[in-house]
Amino acid sequence: MKMKKLGLVLTAIACMGMITACGSKDSAKGDSKGEEKKTLVMATNAEFPPYEYYEGDEIVGIDAEFAAAIAEKLGMELKIEDMAFNSILSAVSSGKADLGVAGMTVDETRKKQVDFSDSYYTGRQVIIVKEDSDIAGPDGLEGKKIGVQEGTTGDIYTTDDFGDEAIERYNKGMEAVQALAQGKIDAVVIDDQPAQTFVEQVEGLKVLEAEYAEEDYAIALKKGNTELLEKVNAAIKELKEDGTFDEIVAKYIK
Amino acid sequence: MSLKERFYINFIEDNRWHYIVDGLKVTLLVTFCAVMIGVVLGFLLAIVRATYDKTGRLKIANVLCKVYITIIRGTPVVVQLLIIYFVIFGSVNISKEIVAVLAFGMNSSAYVAEIFRSGIMSVDNGQFEAGRSLGFNYTQTMVHIIMPQAFKNVLPALGNEFIVLLKETSVAGYIALQDLTKGGDIIRSRTFDAFMPLIAVALIYLVMVMIFTKLVELLERRLRNSDH
Repeated sequence: MKMKKLGLVLTAIACMGMITACGSKDSAKGDSKGEEKKTLVMATNAEFPPYEYYEGDEIVGIDAEFAAAIAEKLGMELKIEDMAFNSILSAVSSGKADLGVAGMTVDETRKKQVDFSDSYYTGRQVIIVKEDSDIAGPDGLEGKKIGVQEGTTGDIYTTDDFGDEAIERYNKGMEAVQALAQGKIDAVVIDDQPAQTFVEQVEGLKVLEAEYAEEDYAIALKKGNTELLEKVNAAIKELKEDGTFDEIVAKYIK
Repeated sequence: MSLKERFYINFIEDNRWHYIVDGLKVTLLVTFCAVMIGVVLGFLLAIVRATYDKTGRLKIANVLCKVYITIIRGTPVVVQLLIIYFVIFGSVNISKEIVAVLAFGMNSSAYVAEIFRSGIMSVDNGQFEAGRSLGFNYTQTMVHIIMPQAFKNVLPALGNEFIVLLKETSVAGYIALQDLTKGGDIIRSRTFDAFMPLIAVALIYLVMVMIFTKLVELLERRLRNSDH
């Protein structure tokens, strides 16, 4: 009886191993073929206004439009896949998506998994608090409950600075902001632009002048895919030089 | 990256295994407390429903129980969790553990109620009549004759419900509660490795369910011994 059960577990584990092994082999095959692809798949987390968010059924925003412009330069069609933020890099590194465009900051740990394009924007991490809060800057966060979106740089920086116990990780930035508005936490550390949008939508909140950190946004690509990386970098350069990028930004950030 | 390196990055570096261990504690705590609420509340609901079915008494209470069960079973537990956290306790600063225990406990109670009720109704009516003819009143017949048999009948279904509940608590991360699944997710958001954290989390759930199944089996065997 016991042996039977042990055997069952081992078989199950073996099956799991086989499935994953097959999975990675398949994606490797896809790469070596190197045939001309027509669609460019972009992975993003469409809960990050004004970079990417839903307007009706469509995902719009700076990143969405910027990626579309890049795809056009490459003569390809853009397809946007919406997923949880912490799944984006896995999707890119496993080849399920070609680009990860999600207001993503270049970061050393992330670099181990993916390659980054040239930076296309400088973002800031800011602090949202209640209007009557006594927190005035990053120093004031000591000993407070800080809400973040799981896996964002805000999450990683604050965890390093204030320890695990101080951080509450929500799946969505909006949920962290909501928890703040309801007094469940003391502050939210999040990217500058979404912060402005959130504060406009939710009453009684403000963004602190003092920023928490500065960072470079870039596009994530599968490691070793230098051909696409070079094309994307060239496209970024062109779009920045001919003013298209500024136009897109101006459309979403007033 | 070799498997060993990946293991190191995912669990050893920066003491990441803490996310798994702490998460496991939260998962066990929430599940245990939710089971308690689920059984007690579910039992009460089942008593009301069965009493109405058998005697026609407690009509209004029965309607209320039915509405409660319909609502709880008719909506996903993750939505209930979010409603309790962001709507019902919207302006109250309440511990997330309590919110999770309430949500999962209430959710489970609706299923447990129907499991208990099916157990009570499955006991042959002759047993009931026999009890009454021995001079037991309704409550005595229930407690001494029907319930012991009903409990034995529903044990496998009840065990199944607890297994479902244990795994269902994995959505607790929606309210930023760091349970086992969330622990794995946090590691995933740091290392961007899908394989290691997910498989580790899956194996831990699997082992927990296997241990629990064993315990229910033991209990079943013990109860079956009393058949003779």
